[in-house]
Amino acid sequence: MKQTHRITIQASAKDNRKHTSKIWQMEPVSLPALSRVALCGGTHGNEMSGVYLVRELQRQKLEKAGSATLTTVISNPRAVQVCKRYTDTDLNRCFTDAILSSPVTDATPYEVRRAQELNTLLGPKGNVGAMDLLCDLHNTTANMGLSLISYSVQDWVIMHIYRQIQRKITSAPVRFIVLDLPLADAYSQDSLGKHGFSIEVGPQPHGVVRADIFNIMKEAVDQTLDWVQCFNSGCAFEGGEVDNVYTFVKSVYYPRDPETNQIAAAIHPQLQDRDFCLLHPGDPMFLMFSGEILKYEGEEVLHPFFVNECAYYEKSIAFHLARKMTVTIPPLQVKRD
Amino acid sequence: MTSSTNVSCFHEARRVAIFGGTHGNEMSGVTLVNLWIQNGKEIQRKGVETKPFITNPRAVEKCTRYVDTDLNRAFTTENLSAPSGDDLPYEVQRAQQINEIFGPKGSPEAYDVIFDLHNTTSNMGCTLILESSKDYFNLQMMHYIKNAIAPDSCPVLLTEHPLLKYSTSRSVAKHPIGLEVGPQPQGVLRSNIFESMRVVLKHALDFIELFNKGLEFPPCTVDVFRVSEKMDYPRDTNGNIIAMVHPNLQDCDWEPLNPGDPMFQTFDGTTIRYEGAGTVYPTFINEAAYYEKQQAFVTTRRETLAAGAIKKT
Repeated sequence: MKQTHRITIQASAKDNRKHTSKIWQMEPVSLPALSRVALCGGTHGNEMSGVYLVRELQRQKLEKAGSATLTTVISNPRAVQVCKRYTDTDLNRCFTDAILSSPVTDATPYEVRRAQELNTLLGPKGNVGAMDLLCDLHNTTANMGLSLISYSVQDWVIMHIYRQIQRKITSAPVRFIVLDLPLADAYSQDSLGKHGFSIEVGPQPHGVVRADIFNIMKEAVDQTLDWVQCFNSGCAFEGGEVDNVYTFVKSVYYPRDPETNQIAAAIHPQLQDRDFCLLHPGDPMFLMFSGEILKYEGEEVLHPFFVNECAYYEKSIAFHLARKMTVTIPPLQVKRD
Repeated sequence: MTSSTNVSCFHEARRVAIFGGTHGNEMSGVTLVNLWIQNGKEIQRKGVETKPFITNPRAVEKCTRYVDTDLNRAFTTENLSAPSGDDLPYEVQRAQQINEIFGPKGSPEAYDVIFDLHNTTSNMGCTLILESSKDYFNLQMMHYIKNAIAPDSCPVLLTEHPLLKYSTSRSVAKHPIGLEVGPQPQGVLRSNIFESMRVVLKHALDFIELFNKGLEFPPCTVDVFRVSEKMDYPRDTNGNIIAMVHPNLQDCDWEPLNPGDPMFQTFDGTTIRYEGAGTVYPTFINEAAYYEKQQAFVTTRRETLAAGAIKKT
């Protein structure tokens, strides 16, 4: 991405002072229109905001967003039916190139088959026939407010959508999380789209629909579809900086009892519900059942997120850690043929 | 205070059980009971046998509420007297086993006290659940606990109701006590919730120890919330939920709900209001496990129960 660096020097004749300002301006970008948009809920069957939002949009027969067609999907209907995260295996880990191309046998888990079906319906991943924009709806038991999750900070469509959501939504803190993975290894459903991201809203217990959380997700979806319509109709979005961007660094695991292998601690009360705060070396992380406090011993000050997410217990993950950054985005407009 | 000659005498509470994992994804109880099975020092009291027990191990293993059927509804006379067999649902078999170990329900051999540890996704704080308004022993214990944890509060939910009362695992004992602590998502362990439950149990066991030593507890009153009515979500003709608990009601367990107050919000933003005759006090607001039981919340009415003086026989 070409960047132009301009330095403007203004000399004031009156007081003979020199005023220097640096303006970083990226070259404007034009991208093809987003004519096919997909909205997915129930990728995890017990994350209820997305399930009910997709059903509501289907009830309203919402099939267009301006000139774009809108496809709404309940991704894992069997898991939704039993209100569980998944039936055989986590659907949202089945979208790597390897799993999508694996041969199907009688032993193939339900979610792998379903991932391949979804790849046909919304993809194929990496192919010109894929959905232009795919937005996947999730909830978390962690106190993460409204987070957008994607694989890149250089997908300008996604970054501009993030900026709009961040500017327009005041009912929850808005942040961007980037997972640094190449497309082939991208494992989540949103990677099927040419542009894809997840909307993650919390805290909400699994199996529950909270009106406040539902309304935040609905606002985020409305802003996304608004942006798409604006973009498609030729709006020029100015460049600039977006902040509150967090890059995944590593996961922190629960301490276990060496004899019983049971989890031996809870997230410390000073860390519980404080997603995206600063975790300094020496800050408390875990409160052992014995009363002992386990402290963070990393060298770098990082930001925890997905703190105490229910679904991660089976992976033994207590939380993830991220580095915070600011991203410069270029002016963006739809490509005119 | 004039001493009353009306003192109810109870046998000393020698056999006490603490149940965890009646619902396998309610983590505070599972964790506490597992801890105490390994090292029970914290729950030992002089003159009391305190037995920690995981009631639904298969559900705990899968971190799910139940495997075949809700264990905490399974202790009906019908289930407990049914001929045992492998064809029975797992939880019914389990109920029969529990009844044998800790019961039989209704007999003199039954355990004196059972504490059943639960979590809820509702904002109920530390709720004590009472099954009978005439159980002076339990009322005195709850009075003791409420005083001990003040200024923190410990609401008491009275489930004595001809239709709404259900057959709990703790009902096997002479004095059943439910501990319902929230809000906590299913499958999640929150440190503050875990510690609250631990503290309430400590006071409960202290009460039992004092009672067993011969202390007489004078007459007292206990403010309770008596269950009144189950309120379901508005549904369409296919049985699908068409509205959510209203943001004004969400998290407002134990607060007054007046006629005309917002109750539900449809997915497209319309408010549905409460149209009852008078003020009620809702609880179990938006409990995850109750969607399938057709319950968005339950209404209660405030009552003051009197308990006579009690002492050990």
